[in-house]
This record gives sequence, C-alpha cells and structure tokens, in this order.
Amino acid sequence: MTTAASPNTPAAGPGQMESQAPNDQFEDTKIRIQGLSVGYSDGTESLQDISLDIPANQITVLFGPSGGGKSTLLRTINRLNDLADVVSLEGRVLIDGVDVLDPKLDVIELRRRVGMVFARPVVLPMSIRQNLTYGLELSGEKDPGQFEEAVERSLKASALWEEVYDRLDDPAVSLSGGQQQRLCLARVLALEPDVILLDEPTSGLDPISTGKVESSLQKLKQEYTIVLVPHSVQQAARVADYAAFFLNGQLVEFGMGKELFVHPQDSRTEDYIEGRFG
Amino acid sequence: MRPIGWSEVIITALIKVAGYSAIIFVTLIFTFLLREGAPTLFEVPLEALAQTRWYPIEDYYGILPLIGGSLIVTFGAALFAVPLGIATAVYIAEIAPRWAREILKPLVEILGGLPSVMLGFIGILIIVPFVREALDIPTGLTAFTGALILGGMAIPTIVSVSEDALDAVPKTYRDASLAMGATPWQTIWRVTLPAARSGVLTGVMLGVGRAIGETMTVMMVTGNAPVLPTGLRSLFSPVRTMTATIAAEMGEVANGSVHYHVLFFIGIVLFLISLIVNLTAASVVFKQRKRSERILS
Repeated sequence: MTTAASPNTPAAGPGQMESQAPNDQFEDTKIRIQGLSVGYSDGTESLQDISLDIPANQITVLFGPSGGGKSTLLRTINRLNDLADVVSLEGRVLIDGVDVLDPKLDVIELRRRVGMVFARPVVLPMSIRQNLTYGLELSGEKDPGQFEEAVERSLKASALWEEVYDRLDDPAVSLSGGQQQRLCLARVLALEPDVILLDEPTSGLDPISTGKVESSLQKLKQEYTIVLVPHSVQQAARVADYAAFFLNGQLVEFGMGKELFVHPQDSRTEDYIEGRFG
Repeated sequence: MRPIGWSEVIITALIKVAGYSAIIFVTLIFTFLLREGAPTLFEVPLEALAQTRWYPIEDYYGILPLIGGSLIVTFGAALFAVPLGIATAVYIAEIAPRWAREILKPLVEILGGLPSVMLGFIGILIIVPFVREALDIPTGLTAFTGALILGGMAIPTIVSVSEDALDAVPKTYRDASLAMGATPWQTIWRVTLPAARSGVLTGVMLGVGRAIGETMTVMMVTGNAPVLPTGLRSLFSPVRTMTATIAAEMGEVANGSVHYHVLFFIGIVLFLISLIVNLTAASVVFKQRKRSERILS
C-alpha cells in the first residue's frame, strides 16, 4: 500500500520500471504490462518498452498527445490489434496473471472479459434490445429471462434505462449521440466483463452527456477495472484514480491522479498538463 | 451581377435535350411495343394464349411454355448464382488478403464483360456434353444447362456490386462486433451483411435481371423445345424461353401477321416481368436508403 501513494517515475528508464514490476505495486493488480513494444508495418514503433501495473476497481487514465500509443495499448490488451498491420510485438500483458498475448489464448473469450467502448458510438444496425443481447447470443446464451435481466441491468448501470425503457425495440440509430454512446457502454456491461477499455468515449458528446458517462463510470469502478483514454487533460484530471502520461510511444510518468495532476514529477508531463504543448 | 453568357444558355439547353431525349426514347420504344403487340388481344382469344401448346404454323399460340421456360431457367440460375455470388463477394471483401483481393476484383469484372455468345460457345462445347454424360440423359441441351451458364453470367454482377456494398460498411462496425467477442464469421453474418443489405440486394437484382433478359446463350444451350415445365424433371429436359422465341422467330415471320403480333405481345410480357422485378428491388432499396439517411443525419 505504501508504494501506491508514492509517485512513481519510470521516466528514469524502462529497465528500472521492469525491475520494479515484481514487487507488487498494488494490493490487487488487474493488468500487468511488462516490457511491451509494438511496431507497425509502416516502420513506426507505436509503443516502446512499456511497463505498467493497472489496479483493479480503479479508473486508470492513459493520456497524452495523439500518436502517443494510448489506443495501441488499449487495442493490444483486448487483442483487437491482431487485425492491424502489427509486425513486431514484444513483452507481456498479464490479466489476472494470464498472458493474453499468448497465440494459443482464446481471443473470443478474452474479448468477452475485456469490453471496449470506441471514440465514436458504433451502434449496430439493429434494435436497442438486440444491440444489448447481441454479445450474449454470441456467447451461446438462450434463456430469454437472462436477456431481459441483462438488458435492464446494463441500461440502468449506464444511466440510460430511464430514457429508453419504453422503446427497446426501436432501431438503435434513432437515439441521440450521447444515448448511443451510453448504449455502447451498456452493450459492453451486458456481457459482465472484468475490464472495460474506453477509447475517448466522450469525444463526440456534449457536456451534459459527457457528465452522465463520467458519473456512471464512477459507479461502475466498484465492480469493474476501468482503463480510459480521455479526450482532454481536463477529463483526465476529473476521472483519474491513477494516470499514465504517454508521449511518442513512451510511458513518461505514472502515478495517482491526485498527485500527478497537481505535482507532476517530469517536466514534460508538467508542460503538457499546463498546456504548453499538445 | 454578371450577365449570363450565351455559352451558358447553349450548354444548359443541350443538357436538357439530352435528359429529355432519354425519356422520349423509352416512351417511344414502349409505344412501339404496345402498338405492335396489342392487336394480339383482338386476334387471339386470351384462353388460346393461356394454352400450353406453342405451334404458330398451325395457329397454336399458347405462351405458357415460354413463360415457364424463362422462369425455370432464371429461377435455376438465381438459385445457385445468388449464394455463390454473395459468398464470393464476402470472401473478396472480408477474408481475402489484400494481394488476392487486388487480383480477384478486376478478374471478376473482366468476367462480367465477356460477350454472351462466347459463354454459349463454351456451353455447347463443354457443359452440354458434360451434363449429358454426367446425368445420363438423352440430351445435354436442358433448362439446367441454361441455368448453369446464366448463373455464371449473373455471378460477376452480383459479386461486383455486393463487394462494393460490403466494402462501404464502416470498419468500426466490425471492430465493435469483434470487441464484443464475436468470431469473424459471426461478425460477417450478423453485422456486416445486414449493414450492406441494400447494396447486396441491388447486386442480386441486377444479376437476376440480366439472366431474365439474356437471349443468345439460352438459345444456344436450352434446346428450344416449347414444352411447359411441370416439375423438377423438366429442369433436365429442353425448354424454350421468351427471349429465345422472339430472337429465333422474328426473322422469318410475315410483317403484320398474327404470329408477328404475338411475338411482340411476348415482348410486352417480358417487359412487365422485368418491370416488376425492378420495382420490387427499388422499393426495398428505397426503404433502406431512407433508413441510411437517418443514420447519417
């Protein structure tokens, strides 16, 4: 518990970070990333030797200017990057101690446990209800009672139930942008994952919808481990329990949100937070 | 404000003329078809037209076997061209690696440009003997052979149009589905294909439309026997389609005779059938488009 509060400065060197990993940084580490490097086929190396422990039941924010590798990290955790032109992949990503980069791992099972919400709301071309039950149907669930239960539970958790409970069979595209994004969150929750990855989930939303999404995240963290790429530094500061600053594929600084945004250890972090570049 | 120059006026007028002339020509063709075909209704009683015997020399003008022939060949063609065409489109758009895709797509489009008489040629020389020997039937000139070749002609159209539609489905849909633990196949079947439905349907209708109107190949390979197809067995016996009848007999018919008028009447029937197919397709696509406009707005 002592190390969690103390500011951690991996900027000193990736090697050092790696050697720290075995001493448990958190009581309950959900995702442990060790020496992860990802390179794309166009020669750009998107992540360079990242080591990072993500605690359970907290909101961990990955922030920094675009092109820093935040999305790549998210997409590597649920193996969605399998589809991209990744030519080199090194290091390990452990979820509950299991290496998810293992080629023999059941990717489908992994993606059910690690849900993801994208920057732009992508509702599938079906009704609201079908959007929510799609994942369950795919996993082989057939009991209609289970579907009903999952629809109501997930809509309530994402603060959408009040707005749509009387029109679940309408096409999902008839919802507003903010509602669609909360539906995407609900769709992930319906599967009862362990981890939720959010890639700029509120970048297209108005402040009121953004507020709704953020407050539902605060409730959800009691049950889920949340990793969020925010669309602004302000949002990062608002929601972060822990925050990691990424710059050009490197992890510059990682620490508790309250510490990092008030007293950043690295001058680059400070410059970014203060808005001197970005 | 600058005064509108003469060139502007002339160009506008030219474009207008071009636009209207398309409408005028279609109207003229249809009027001609009606003028030449309509007298049939006065010369031959409807009961006689709805007979199963087509033997114009002895004044038997039953057109049912011809309609039946067209339908069985088209239906047979659609039966295997539609699944195969859509499957090929899915393979090219969703599964094939990029290099295979860049070879396959132009190849399919070249296939679509093959002159139909060449396909008839291949049909007569290769497929007809093959069908005769493989199925052990008296002749290989059957509705089944015609359906095979027509299907082959419809496939490139179906593949090309469907592939464009699948390609236009946003990548984010696939990501979202995969991220929820769907397999690639579940994603194709449950998300990508439904999202591309209107384009796929347009492709199918264009392909089937081509099959209905096709003349040369069916004339060459279906045997041209005007016998009403009555069951599955007739799929493997010779038939004659409406288009083949018109093409084969128009050349030697006396201008203005009853036979001549009946041939035009068949043309009207053919026209109506294609019109119904097109309207059905258009209404489905139109509904879809309104929905997609909602998505975009």
